[in-house]
Amino acid sequence: MEEITALLVSRYNYWAFIVLMMVGLYGMIAKNNLVKKIIGMNIFQTAIILFYVSIGAKKDATIPIIEHGHHGEEVVIKAVDYINPLPHVLMLTAIVVSVATLGVALALAIRVYRQYNTLEENEIKSQLSEE
Amino acid sequence: MSEQFPALLITVPLISAFFITALGWRSAKPAYPIALLALASALFSSMGLFGEVLKHGKVSYRLGGWPPPFGIEYAVDALNAFVLVVISFVALINLIAAKRKVDGSFSGKSPAFYALYVMFVSGLLGITVTGDVFNLYVLLEITALTGYALIGMGDKHAPLAGFNYLIMGTIGASFYLLGVGYLYLATGSLNMGNLSEIIPTIQSKQTIIFAFIFCLLGLFIKMALFPLHNWLPNAYSYSPPAASGLIAPLTTKVMIYVMIRLVYSVFTPAFSFGHPILPTVFIWLAIIAIVMGSLLALAQKNLLKILSYIIVAEVGYMVGGFWLGNSDGMTGAILHIANDALMTLCLFLVAGNFIFVLKNDRLESFKGLIHKMPLTMAAFIIGALSIIGVPPTCGFFSKWYLIKGGIEAGQYGFVAALLFSSLVNVILFFKIIEITYFEPETKDGHSLHHHVAIPREEAPLSMLIPLAITTLLLIGVGLYSKEIVTGIIQHVLPTI
Amino acid sequence: MEGIESIRPLLAVAVSILAVPLIMLSSRKPNLREGWTFLAAGLKFLIVLSLLPLILDGGSYTLTIVQVLPGLGIKLRVDSFGILFALVSSSLWIVTSAYSIGYMRGLKEHSQTRYFCFFALSLSATIGVAFSANLLTLYLFYEMLSLATYPLVTHHQDAEARKSGRKYLAYIVGSSIGLVLPAMLAIYYLTGTLDFSYQGLFTGTESPLVILLLLLLMIFGFAKAGIMPFHSWLPAAMVAPTPVSALLHAVAVVKVGVFCIVRVVTGVFGVQFLQTLQLGTVLCYIAAFTIITASLIALAQDNLKARLAFSTVGQLSYIVLGVALLSPLGITGGMLHIAMHAFGKITLFFCAGAIFVATGFKNISQLNGIGRKMPFTMGAFFVGSMSVIGVPPGGGFISKWFLVLGTIESDQWIMLVVLLVSSILNAAYFLPIVYRAFFHPPGETGISTGMEEAPSFCLIPLMFTAFCSIVLLFFPQPFYSLAEQSVRMITQGW
Repeated sequence: MEEITALLVSRYNYWAFIVLMMVGLYGMIAKNNLVKKIIGMNIFQTAIILFYVSIGAKKDATIPIIEHGHHGEEVVIKAVDYINPLPHVLMLTAIVVSVATLGVALALAIRVYRQYNTLEENEIKSQLSEE
Repeated sequence: MSEQFPALLITVPLISAFFITALGWRSAKPAYPIALLALASALFSSMGLFGEVLKHGKVSYRLGGWPPPFGIEYAVDALNAFVLVVISFVALINLIAAKRKVDGSFSGKSPAFYALYVMFVSGLLGITVTGDVFNLYVLLEITALTGYALIGMGDKHAPLAGFNYLIMGTIGASFYLLGVGYLYLATGSLNMGNLSEIIPTIQSKQTIIFAFIFCLLGLFIKMALFPLHNWLPNAYSYSPPAASGLIAPLTTKVMIYVMIRLVYSVFTPAFSFGHPILPTVFIWLAIIAIVMGSLLALAQKNLLKILSYIIVAEVGYMVGGFWLGNSDGMTGAILHIANDALMTLCLFLVAGNFIFVLKNDRLESFKGLIHKMPLTMAAFIIGALSIIGVPPTCGFFSKWYLIKGGIEAGQYGFVAALLFSSLVNVILFFKIIEITYFEPETKDGHSLHHHVAIPREEAPLSMLIPLAITTLLLIGVGLYSKEIVTGIIQHVLPTI
Repeated sequence: MEGIESIRPLLAVAVSILAVPLIMLSSRKPNLREGWTFLAAGLKFLIVLSLLPLILDGGSYTLTIVQVLPGLGIKLRVDSFGILFALVSSSLWIVTSAYSIGYMRGLKEHSQTRYFCFFALSLSATIGVAFSANLLTLYLFYEMLSLATYPLVTHHQDAEARKSGRKYLAYIVGSSIGLVLPAMLAIYYLTGTLDFSYQGLFTGTESPLVILLLLLLMIFGFAKAGIMPFHSWLPAAMVAPTPVSALLHAVAVVKVGVFCIVRVVTGVFGVQFLQTLQLGTVLCYIAAFTIITASLIALAQDNLKARLAFSTVGQLSYIVLGVALLSPLGITGGMLHIAMHAFGKITLFFCAGAIFVATGFKNISQLNGIGRKMPFTMGAFFVGSMSVIGVPPGGGFISKWFLVLGTIESDQWIMLVVLLVSSILNAAYFLPIVYRAFFHPPGETGISTGMEEAPSFCLIPLMFTAFCSIVLLFFPQPFYSLAEQSVRMITQGW
C-alpha cells in the first residue's frame, strides 16, 4: 500500500495526464454529440502536451536563458539548473497542430449539421438507416 | 541542384499550395497547371533522388544546415527513395485523371481542392524522407488534416465520414506522439539515426517497449489494421472520386512504410523482432485483418466499399509479411507497398470512370458495362487479376514472396489467410465482371440471338490515358519484379 | 543436356496472341477475320512442325522470356512430350477453326469476333503450357487458359451460362489458387528450384507424408484434368457452343489438366522417386475410381454432350492412370492416349454439334433413325466411339493396348480389371447411340427421310478427324516415337 502511495505521489504529474487522457478518450468515443467529441479530442491532445511539458520540467531549475552569456566571462553552465527547452518547443508545434485539427473538425461538424440538421450521432444514424 | 532534391521535393508542392490558394481568390484557372507543375517537379526530384541513392548510397540532407542530432535531418536510402517515386507517380497520375472530375463536381472550389491535393502529397513525401521522429508527427498531421478536408469535400455522407476519420486519425497521431515522448524520455534524442545508436545501449527496455507499443498502435490506427479499420471504408468510399484515387492508394501504404522505417531505423530490427510475443501478435492481427477484410468485402454492394475492404485486407498482407521477420516476408511486404499502390490506383481510377459515366457505384447499375465502357472494363479486369494474384501481373509476385515467407517462418495460418483472401477476391471480382458481362435476366431466357446494342459511353481521354498507363504498369512492374527485388529491396533488408 | 536457344517456341506461343488485334480490327469483315484465324492456326502448326526434327533427334529448344524473380524465370523448353501435346492441339485448332465457322454462322451466333479472339488466346495458353520449362511458367499459362476460356464457356451470356461459368471458375481457378499455388511454393521452398527434370527435384530427405500431401495437392489442384471430385465443372461447361466443347473440353483444356499432372509427376516428383516411396498405387486408385464412376454416370445421361462430357472425365483418368503405373509402357500408353483420345473425342463432339446444327436435337432419345438422314456424320460418330472404346479401327486401340501392357508390367492386376470393365462400359454407353441412329425407325420426332447433312464447313472437319483416328491406328508414328522418346528420357534421366 505504501509503495503504491509512493508511486502515486512521486509521479503525480503522470497520473494527472493519464486521467486527462482517459477523460478525453472517453469523450471522443462515448459522447453522442459531435461537438462534445471535439472537446474530448482537445482534452486528449492537451494531456499529451502536458506530458511533454512535464518531461522537460525539473525541480529547482529555471528557464533556459543564460544570463551572463553576453559579458564574455567564463561561466560554468550546469544543465541541471535549467529546464529542458526542447519538449516545450516541440509542444508549440503540437499546439499549432491541435488548433488546426480543431478548425478542420469544427468545419466538418458544420457541414455535417447542414447535411443532417443535427449534431447528435444517434439521430444521424437513424437518418442513415432510414435511407 | 541535385543535392537540394530532398528539400525541393517537399517545398515545391508546399509553396505551390500557397500560390494556388492566393491566386485562387482572383481566378480558378491557374490552379490546375500549378498543381500539375508542382507534382511533376516532385516526380522529377524523387526520380533524381532515386538515381542518386542507387549510385552513391544513402543521401543525408540537413534542414537549415543544422547537423544531426540537433537539426532535422532528411535521410534517404533505397527504401524511401523507392517509396517517394511511387508516391509522386501515383499522385501525378491521379491528378491528371482528376481534372475532369474536379471540373464536374466542384467548379467554384477547385483551387481549394488542388491546394489541399498538393499539400497532401507534400505531407506524404515529407513523411517518407524525414529522419526525425517528431518531424514525422508534424508531417503525419499535415497529411491527415488535408486528407480530412479532401474527404469532407465530397457530398452527402462525406463530411460525417471525414469527421469520424478525423477523430480516429487524431487518436492515432496522439498515440504516436505519446510514443515519441517516451522515446525522448528514454534517449533524449529525436533523430532516427541517433536513436538507433542509443537504443541498443539502454539497459532497461521498459520505456522503450512502451514507446514501441504506442508508436505502433498509433500507426495501426492510421493504417486501418483490423479492428482499428472502422473509419476507412466510409472515408474512402464517400470521398470525392478525384481525392479517393490519391488517398486510398497512398495513405495506408505510407503508414506501412513508416512502420518499416521505425523498425529498421529507430527501434532496430534486433529489438523489434527480438521481443518474444509482439511479432506473433502482429502476425495474428494481420491474419484476422486479411480474413475479416475479405469477408466484409463480400458483403458490400458498392464498388468503392468493396475496394475499401480489400484495402483493409491488403494492409494485413503487408503487416503480416513484414512481421514474419524473414527476408522473403519483408521483401514481399515492401514489394507489395508499390504493387498495392498501383493496383489500388488502377481500381480507384476505374471506379472514378464508372462514377463519371454512371453517377454512382452501385453494383446493380453495372449491367452491360462491358459493352458500354470496354476499355475501362479491360483495365478493371487486369487490376482485378492483379489483386487476385494471377501472373504475370505484379500482385502475383508480392504474394509469392509473402506466401514463401509464411512457409519459411512456419506461419501456416498466414499462408492460409493469403490463399483464402485470393479466393474471396476471385469471387468478388468475378461477381462484378458477371454483372457487367451477362444480359439482364429475361423470363423466357431466350433473348439470346437479338442482343440489344448498348451504345458506347466511355470516360474522356484524360481519364483513360492515366488508367491505361497504370494498367500497363501492373504487368510491367510484375515482369520486372526481379530488378526491384535485387536492385532495391535486398539492399535495405537488415540482417537479423 | 542443354537445349538450343531459339525464339521459335515463343513464336509458336505468341502467333495466336498476335492474331487477336487483327481479328478484333476486322470484326466487320467476317471472311477476313476468319482468314486471320486460319493464318494464325496454320502458322502455329507449321512452327510446331518445324521444331519437330530436332526433337526427334533427341535435342531440345529453350528460351528464357524474362527473369521475373531471382533464380526463377518465365522459361520455355520444348521436349518430346511437350511437342507431342503441341502437335495435337495446334493441328486440331485448324480443324476446329473450320468447324467453328460452319457452326457459328450456321446458328447465327452473336459476338463471333469475341469468340474467335478468345479462342486464339486459349490456344496460345495451351501451347504455352506444352512448352513450359518450369512450374511457374506452367502455372502462368494454366491460369491464362482458365481466364481466356471463361468467355467461351459463357458465350451465350444467359442465366444457364452464368451458372456454369461460376462453377467453371470456382473449380478451375479455386483449385489452382487454393491447391497448386501453395504446393508450388512449398516445392520451391523445399527444393529451391521449379525447373522440370526427369530425375525429380526432391533429394529424398523429405518426409514421405509431405511428398504425398504435395502430390495430392497437385493432382487435385489441376482441376482441368477432371479427377473426381473435381470434375463437375466439365459437364456444366457443356453449355458452351459445341466447337468450344470440342476443342477446349475434349482437347485443349482437359488435356492441359492431364498434361500438367503428367508433367508434375514425371518432371517434379520423378518416376523413380515415387516408385521408391510407392506412391503410384495411391494415384492408381484415385484414377481408377474416377474411370469407373464417370463411366457409370455417363450411362445415365440422355443429353448427348453430357454423355460425352462424362466419357471425357473417365478417359482423362486413363492418362493419369497410365502415368500412375510408373512403368515405361504405362507412361507410353498415357502419353499416346492424349493424342488418340483427342482425335476420337473431337470427332464425337463435332458430330454432336453437327446434329444440333442440322436438326436442333440435343438428346440421345431424339436420335432415332438419324443415321439415315446424316449418314456421314453418324459414320464418323461410329469411328470416333470405336476409338474411344479402344477397338480397331479406332486409334484408341493402340493407347489402350499400351495401358493394358503397363498394368501387367507393374503387376497392377486390379487396374487391368478396371481398364477392361471400363472398356465394356464405354461400349455400353456409345454403341446404343449408333444402333439407335441406324436401326431404330424414325419415331414421332418427325425426322424427314432423305439426306440432310450439316453445312460442309461442319461436315468436312468431322470426316477429317474421323479419318485421322483410323489413320493413327496404322501410322501412330510421330506420336509414338515422341512418347517412346519421352519415356526413354524419363527412365534414364535427362
